[in-house]
Amino acid sequence: MPDPSGKVEINLIVNDEPRTVSVYPMARLLDMIREDLRLTGTKEGCGEGECGACSVLLDGLLVNSCLVPAIQAEGTSIKTIEEIATGEQLHAVQQAFITCGGAQCGICTPGMVIAAVNLLERIPEPSQAEIRTGLAGNLCRCTGYMKIFESVVRACQDNKQNIPAPVGG
Amino acid sequence: MRAYIPAYELKSLGRLTDVVSLLALEPGAWKPFAGGTDLMVLFESGKLDHKKFVSIWNLPELRGISVTPEFVTLGALTTYTEVQSHDVLRQEFPMLCQAASETGGLAIQNRGTLGGNIANASPAGDSPPALLVYDAKIELISSNGPRVVPYDGFHTGYKKMVMRPDELIKSIRLPRVTQAWKQYYRKVGTRKAQAISKICFAGLARMDGGVIQDIRIALGSVAPTVVRCSATETALKGLKPDASAISKARAELAREISPIDDIRSTANYRLRVALNVLEDFLTGL
Repeated sequence: MPDPSGKVEINLIVNDEPRTVSVYPMARLLDMIREDLRLTGTKEGCGEGECGACSVLLDGLLVNSCLVPAIQAEGTSIKTIEEIATGEQLHAVQQAFITCGGAQCGICTPGMVIAAVNLLERIPEPSQAEIRTGLAGNLCRCTGYMKIFESVVRACQDNKQNIPAPVGG
Repeated sequence: MRAYIPAYELKSLGRLTDVVSLLALEPGAWKPFAGGTDLMVLFESGKLDHKKFVSIWNLPELRGISVTPEFVTLGALTTYTEVQSHDVLRQEFPMLCQAASETGGLAIQNRGTLGGNIANASPAGDSPPALLVYDAKIELISSNGPRVVPYDGFHTGYKKMVMRPDELIKSIRLPRVTQAWKQYYRKVGTRKAQAISKICFAGLARMDGGVIQDIRIALGSVAPTVVRCSATETALKGLKPDASAISKARAELAREISPIDDIRSTANYRLRVALNVLEDFLTGL
């Protein structure tokens, strides 16, 4: 029976857990994440796909959750900022943002971290140009970007140091 | 002001035949909804007048890139990210890959589709000038079956198209004949990423002994639709791209385009930059 209110049931995986939510099909994935799933780490900046504050990973791809209608999230797997740290253990990118002062007011930070984590998943040792391209869709009004850029460079260096030396190498 | 969400319908049907049947039922009542990178922006700002949409995002028939000796065929739902990572497109259609890489940022490129870019019918789209000079063909599908139309002439006026309300874009075909041509693409925007173009230029030229044998030029953001500049092309054929040819071409292009003042730029700036970019293209031949 369709819900007379027009809402639909959406089944998806959120941060490795199966979830079902009842939402309007045009509801923004952003609102579904923040209001229905109560995961408020994802922020709203511009609400028109310009700033990247609402970035999440949808089936491993970076998306602006303000531009995805809920119905298109049916059957997908979503990863939000809440899943980037492992328990109390911060991700290398998060630790580098603290070390290098990459976060100030904090509104862009979840999106920046998600974009940086996604970049390092795709390109473990990115060039400077690749870092700039990887973060090009994320705007920050505090830092002037250099500290964010340095944070990502730092995270790459820390990642590299954690990789065990090849056996016999 | 934000949109009132319950006023909108967005259906998801699993099969292409069901979608085209729905579109045919009452032409114009339902409109297709692909990656949402344009429609959700209008929706959020309360400017999305139409209320009934059918999601086509999950239709496998509209996905994938196939290559034959004559054509590369891109499903309408091919994203900008998929365009950039396809080997044959990178080798033979670099302007389309460059346009895709300069559209929005990565998050937009992961959701924005080539078919959506065409159907959104903005004169400021980044891919359309490249599609025009590559002589793209558009395959449309409806409950009556498919038909193929040239992309040149597809846009008949501002936001107007030859596509009927009961039709969907199924695929975009690119003829594989321009590999040996000189290719030049240039988007001029406020910043490198996430900007909508002030002007956008695509040029192709087949040279022989320093003489322009054939040439194709298209521009975005300088007229109510993206435009193929055939008068400028005709003026250049058979010439060496020297100072006198460039001067002739600049004069012809100035007559052929009709840029306007709007929120992103001015008519004067657009005209001047379009002519300079044309000159840059011709100088490099």
